Amino acid sequence: MLKAVLKKILNLIPTLLGVSVLAFLLIRLVPGDPVMLLLGERGADPQMYAEMKRNMGLDRPMIEQYFSFLGNIFKGDFGHSIVSKRPVLTEFFDRFPATLELGMMAMAFAITLGIPFGIIAAIKRNSFFDFTLMGAGLVGYSMPIFWWGLMLIIVFSVKLGWTPVSGRIDVLYEIDKVTGLLLIDSWMSPDGGFAAFKSALSHLLLPALAMGTIPLAVVARMTRSSMLEVLGEDYIRTARAKGLPFTRVVIVHALRNAMVPIITILGLLFGSIITGAILTEMIFSWPGIGKWIVFSINARDYPVIQGGVVMIASLVILTNTIVDILYLWANPRMRH
Amino acid sequence: MKLWQILFPLCLILTFLSHAQASTFVYCSEGSPTSFNPQITTDGTSNNAAGHTIYNRLVEFKYGTTEAVPGLAESWTVSPDGKTYTFKLRKGVKFGGTKYFTPTREFNAEDVIFSVDRQRDLSHPYHAVNGGNYEFFKAMEVDSLISTVKKIDSYTVEFKLNKPESPFITNMAMSFMSILSKEYGDKLIKENKKEDIDNFPIGTGPFVFRSYEKDTLIRFEANPTYWQGAPKIDKLVFAITPDANVRYQKLKTGECHLIIEPAPADINSMKQDSKLKVMEAAGLNVGYLAFNVKKKPFENLDVRRAIYHALNRASYINAIYMGNAILAKNPLPPTIWSYNDQTEDYPFNLEKAKALLAKAGFPNGFAAELWTLPVTRPYNPNGKKMGEMMQADLAKIGIKITLVTYDWPTYLAKSRNGEHQMIQLGWTGDNGDPDNFLNVLLGCSGMTAGSNVAQWCQKDFNAKVVKAKSISDVKARTKLYKEAQEIFHDRAPWVPVAHAMIYRAMAKSVQGYKIDPLGGDIFREVYFE
Repeated sequence: MLKAVLKKILNLIPTLLGVSVLAFLLIRLVPGDPVMLLLGERGADPQMYAEMKRNMGLDRPMIEQYFSFLGNIFKGDFGHSIVSKRPVLTEFFDRFPATLELGMMAMAFAITLGIPFGIIAAIKRNSFFDFTLMGAGLVGYSMPIFWWGLMLIIVFSVKLGWTPVSGRIDVLYEIDKVTGLLLIDSWMSPDGGFAAFKSALSHLLLPALAMGTIPLAVVARMTRSSMLEVLGEDYIRTARAKGLPFTRVVIVHALRNAMVPIITILGLLFGSIITGAILTEMIFSWPGIGKWIVFSINARDYPVIQGGVVMIASLVILTNTIVDILYLWANPRMRH
Repeated sequence: MKLWQILFPLCLILTFLSHAQASTFVYCSEGSPTSFNPQITTDGTSNNAAGHTIYNRLVEFKYGTTEAVPGLAESWTVSPDGKTYTFKLRKGVKFGGTKYFTPTREFNAEDVIFSVDRQRDLSHPYHAVNGGNYEFFKAMEVDSLISTVKKIDSYTVEFKLNKPESPFITNMAMSFMSILSKEYGDKLIKENKKEDIDNFPIGTGPFVFRSYEKDTLIRFEANPTYWQGAPKIDKLVFAITPDANVRYQKLKTGECHLIIEPAPADINSMKQDSKLKVMEAAGLNVGYLAFNVKKKPFENLDVRRAIYHALNRASYINAIYMGNAILAKNPLPPTIWSYNDQTEDYPFNLEKAKALLAKAGFPNGFAAELWTLPVTRPYNPNGKKMGEMMQADLAKIGIKITLVTYDWPTYLAKSRNGEHQMIQLGWTGDNGDPDNFLNVLLGCSGMTAGSNVAQWCQKDFNAKVVKAKSISDVKARTKLYKEAQEIFHDRAPWVPVAHAMIYRAMAKSVQGYKIDPLGGDIFREVYFE
């Protein structure tokens, strides 16, 4: 077991190195450079251009820039943002709680709806329910988040007036940052209380719905197929033959066994949450890492993009590795 | 009646009143500021967040115009040789207090020296703080222009220049010349927190900084001691909303009172919405097609005029700018003083174009390259599409156009070297001074600097703009610039295409707002009806 775990961890090194190369190279392949963007039409002055490029260290050979970036990462230094001049890591952790809160809400939404939908579809296989739910799941999976987010805003905020359009909390509240998770901070804050909590929650609903739609569809479809497989097993037939009530068989006997692949999928969905965050946060003006990365790409803020991407990729890879290790622990056959 | 039966409704009324009295103005902006000091930023977003809220300058632009008027300086005098400017400072101006700093003294000459020297003096304690890049100060050449800044007394400051230059006054009104508090600077040095000067700002402006939640909100409060009178709104909030569609939805639900840059496609529906109003003005910009007059056949005036007549520019306004621009006939936008409205535009006339081309010795046309703008700019939102329309127009008089483009840095570098024949470019003005357009883009010195892409060094034109730069009498300058525009029109080194409009959409109840031709958003006179 230990050997298998160690092997998994060692495998992380080349993956992370690959990520660092890609993050470093891809942004440099995009036309336009940060100096030009900062200077605008004034970039016509070659002397000023050269001076600024030198100040940013962008005049050095690419390979040298890469190795200094890599070397600094090992020292825990992800560089400083060209735009804000602050350390990339500080910037990252300033924004990560917002994305985490949104991601958790989206996942909660995906799990609490996706699993029951999947179970119902599996039990009522090939019925009207099954076709409707799985059809809706397919639509949900293929929905462009940008369009879906705007539709949600137009229906729920503009037409019905139930939820605010964007932001994290009403501008009247000034909540001090403690955990960075506004649902908690708003509740604890002396200026906050229930009304502030309600405001934070109402701001969270639409973005979580937009972001959770794809995971919801995936979880529902996965639950259905996994349940179908388990429901056909001998031990289910035995349980039924013993005269156990149907719901007990489904919940206790079938679902517990069907959960193993679902949990694996949940781990993998963490990656899609980050991708979803980029689009969702832009639409809902959510101050998380997705919006941060997009702003930085537009400003060609190289240190933020390469540092931020490495941080995000590390988190995704780490989560997947933890899921893999849990899987090893749960399933001894996989250890060899 | 029990006590609570009286107190409870009373409390409700009081709560309601206190809520109604504190008016909060929410402005939906598009991006996050990079810092709260306009000396070290160049982007409009940061400028709105600090330059127009927290700070003032010795000279200010009159609200809604590009006219320079007294600000923190009550008046100024210029020496006969045009090289010494003496500013008399306003007395009784207070810096706004915040939870992190309470000023103990009023604004005086020390603050002016402190702020200007930070940008020019390498040994200034703040020069290298937060990057130490003063791009605008350098780009406007103020660094090489100022030779000394001297305090004469507490309320008099003297600037000595290396050469006479009248746009100096408009440059003084630009945000990078904002005045910071020296007292605050000294305090931060003692506390070893110099970096805070640009992140927790202190100024004399209409608002004081309260807090910034990264990428989300910036909060300001009205400065009750503001020297022009406290603003009519109590609180000002910038809600950072990058997506134009979402800004529009927030405006509809009342979550913002005013939005920056509405999407062009939404402007018509905004105008029809009874709860909203849309304000518009011509922007301080120009999009143009320049001829390289050093290359054949564009050295020939008739060829240039023929192309001018052949381009159906009115059709570009709808197709490229979606109607959100006005046709240009001068290199100056109409919002700048000295704009020559007498200029008679070259009409779209294919017959005349063909005749001119024949006269120039090209009855069957010729082949040429046209470079299309590779980036989206307000003055030209779609260079490629405009290029294709120009290509089709010129084909009608026999000119076969090949469209060429490069990535932006290459495009600028190659145009600087004069490698093009015809090129699309544009300019957004910095300070509202005609010199910033006519001399920078068309003067002979612009040829070496690279900004005169037409490579057009016309002696009589150049003499007028150079002379206008060195005198301070506005009337005389206006006359010279108007004459220069006539020469430009006659010699046609460019085909000016359009001036993009600036739009702002707001709730009907918003009053007192004026569009700033320099592109900023200024809220000091805003109130609710």
